[in-house]
Amino acid sequence: MLSIKNLTASINGTPVLKGIDLQINAGEVHAIMGPNGSGKSTLGKVLAGHPSYEVTGGEVLFEGQNLFDLEPDARARAGIFMGFQHPIEVPGVSNASFLRLAYNKKAEADGRDELDPLEFDDFIHEKIKLVAMREEFLDRSLNEGFSGGEKKRNEILQMAVLEPKLAILDELDSGLDIDALRVLGDAVNRLQRADRALLIITHFPRILETIQPQFVHVLSGGRILKSAGKELALELEERGYDWVLEEAAAGGAR
Amino acid sequence: MSSTLNVVTSQEYKYGFVTDIEADSVAPGLSEDVIRFISAKKGEPDWLLEFRLKAYRHWLTMTEPEWAKVDYPRPDFQKIVYYSAPRAKAPKYASMDEVDPELKRTFEKLGVPINEQAALAGVAVDVVFDSVSVTTTYKEKLAGVGIIFCSFSEAVKEHPELIKKYLGSVVPAADNFYAALNSAVFTDGSFVFIPKGVACPMDLSTYFRINNKESGQFERTLIVAEEGASVSYLEGCTAPQFDTNQLHAAVVELVALDNASIKYSTVQNWYAGDKNGVGGIFNFVTKRGLCKGKASHISWTQVETGSAITWKYPSCILLGDDSVGEFYSVALTNHKQQADTGTKMVHIGRNTKSTIISKGISAGDSSNSYRGLVKVQPKAEGARNFSQCDSMLIGQTSSASTFPYIEVQNRSAKVEHEATTSKIGEEQLFYFQQRGIPAEEAISMIINGFCKDVFRELPMEFAVEATKLLSLKLEGSVG
Repeated sequence: MLSIKNLTASINGTPVLKGIDLQINAGEVHAIMGPNGSGKSTLGKVLAGHPSYEVTGGEVLFEGQNLFDLEPDARARAGIFMGFQHPIEVPGVSNASFLRLAYNKKAEADGRDELDPLEFDDFIHEKIKLVAMREEFLDRSLNEGFSGGEKKRNEILQMAVLEPKLAILDELDSGLDIDALRVLGDAVNRLQRADRALLIITHFPRILETIQPQFVHVLSGGRILKSAGKELALELEERGYDWVLEEAAAGGAR
Repeated sequence: MSSTLNVVTSQEYKYGFVTDIEADSVAPGLSEDVIRFISAKKGEPDWLLEFRLKAYRHWLTMTEPEWAKVDYPRPDFQKIVYYSAPRAKAPKYASMDEVDPELKRTFEKLGVPINEQAALAGVAVDVVFDSVSVTTTYKEKLAGVGIIFCSFSEAVKEHPELIKKYLGSVVPAADNFYAALNSAVFTDGSFVFIPKGVACPMDLSTYFRINNKESGQFERTLIVAEEGASVSYLEGCTAPQFDTNQLHAAVVELVALDNASIKYSTVQNWYAGDKNGVGGIFNFVTKRGLCKGKASHISWTQVETGSAITWKYPSCILLGDDSVGEFYSVALTNHKQQADTGTKMVHIGRNTKSTIISKGISAGDSSNSYRGLVKVQPKAEGARNFSQCDSMLIGQTSSASTFPYIEVQNRSAKVEHEATTSKIGEEQLFYFQQRGIPAEEAISMIINGFCKDVFRELPMEFAVEATKLLSLKLEGSVG
């Protein structure tokens, strides 16, 4: 589904990604872990097309198509979803109308029927159950005055509405208490399907107890230093990141 | 992505065409003779000529105001044409059939309903083209309930006692530089009179069109609502695209007696000049409402999107006890546009209330200022004001300023002022785009959300129009 080859990217002329290789297939759950400032959030933003980052080399194919040929909104309609670490607040724009516009843009691109406000109302009331969101949040302004947890709930709600092929979840666990984390982790698990892939970006291994990855990659200094199965997450939980960095440094020195 | 912002805000002005029509114009320049010419052309009584001449003589002693945060070449008042009218057999068209087909096509193109059959249900329109009113719809129907809705020139002829009583009673001829100029040379406009106890059964509307390249537009609007009367009045304006500046200096006076209510809505879309700031209308307007009676109510709603320079402060004098003044404004500037706009709320009566909601949006290299005065006079026991002034910046090179002036001379008064500044930046747009929403639609959604508190004060058709207009104006500006 997603094939990343020797991807390099920089921000304001400073290289952040220094040669990433990664292959993600449908049905897989990957976790990208690493210390702060390692470039793991950058990877998500570059894939989604954030304007601050410049792709300086390499190739990314999404379902065989060159991802960098697509504007960010076209990437989204093609099926790439990013759950933001810090979702923005937009006063005056109701959450429901934002969700409906996003849904209809995707539906239009997929050649499905768009939903009018009444149809969407029925549709969204089913979806909010998944993330245990209270109805009032639909009528409120988009993310405005939402707590950290409510914002994250809203992100996963959007994922449920848009049914992406690839969902990149950036630090879903930040700002969440244990209970909320479990609710959202369960929601993501229920959304996972054989034709969908997940890329979980996280600093802490805790979330991976709920959303269990088949593949764990440690990213540091703009490179993937180590890739392994889910047992790697457990090891990181116990030992931290330093040993991976040391191991890589030793490997590099040899 | 800056390029996206830019693409979204530079849509061309679609009302920029010129109507090729024979006009009756006076040579450029201003003098007592020109004023006498205008007055004679309109067959005005002597007292009105005197009113004009007095204003002119006072104007000669005045200087242009310099305090606004706008920068423009001072108009050469001797180069302006003060009277220009489409040439016609009769001074006023008796029926639509007599209107020049070219003129009819102009208003069709502008989407202005001048044909009653084709008109929007429930809106009566007075159409002003350069210096004259061309036609007024639904006049007879309104006259049936005692409402007078006609061009200002007609009102002078047919209702001189009302004009004499109210003209200059809210905005005195010597009020300010541009009001004095208008008082000297005003050509046409609308007059509305709603008699005691009558609720106007439809929205009244005036559509202003500047067509002549050298002509200034100096219209005069006077609306009087007697005891217990109510009216909703709409005003729209466009002008062709010229590379020179045209001056628009209007005066609008509203008078509300006991328990009367006047709602005045404007969508201003004069030509704004091109993206380099060449051409465009200088919009120097004095609008003021007098809440003369007890529990009277005047509400201004404006959506200002056009003009190269806007200098405009629709105000309320809250004289009657328990009277209410409101000002809801969206001012959008783009490219090299400059706007200095706001309101004055002068609390004189007891328990008077005022609300100010101002939303400024600046894109491109434009400058957008809110300037507002809330004044509570010593006898205004229990006066209350709430002001909310929000600014939104789009891109890196636009600017927004807020100049609130608060003068309180009564200790029981409550005055609240809130202000925010936000930015449509990359992060907001990226968020929308990441959900599959293209940048232009994202901007339009964000802007409409920002302006919601004002748009909901507009009559339905106007709100739809305003929403479309803002999106158009911003096309090309986000990136």
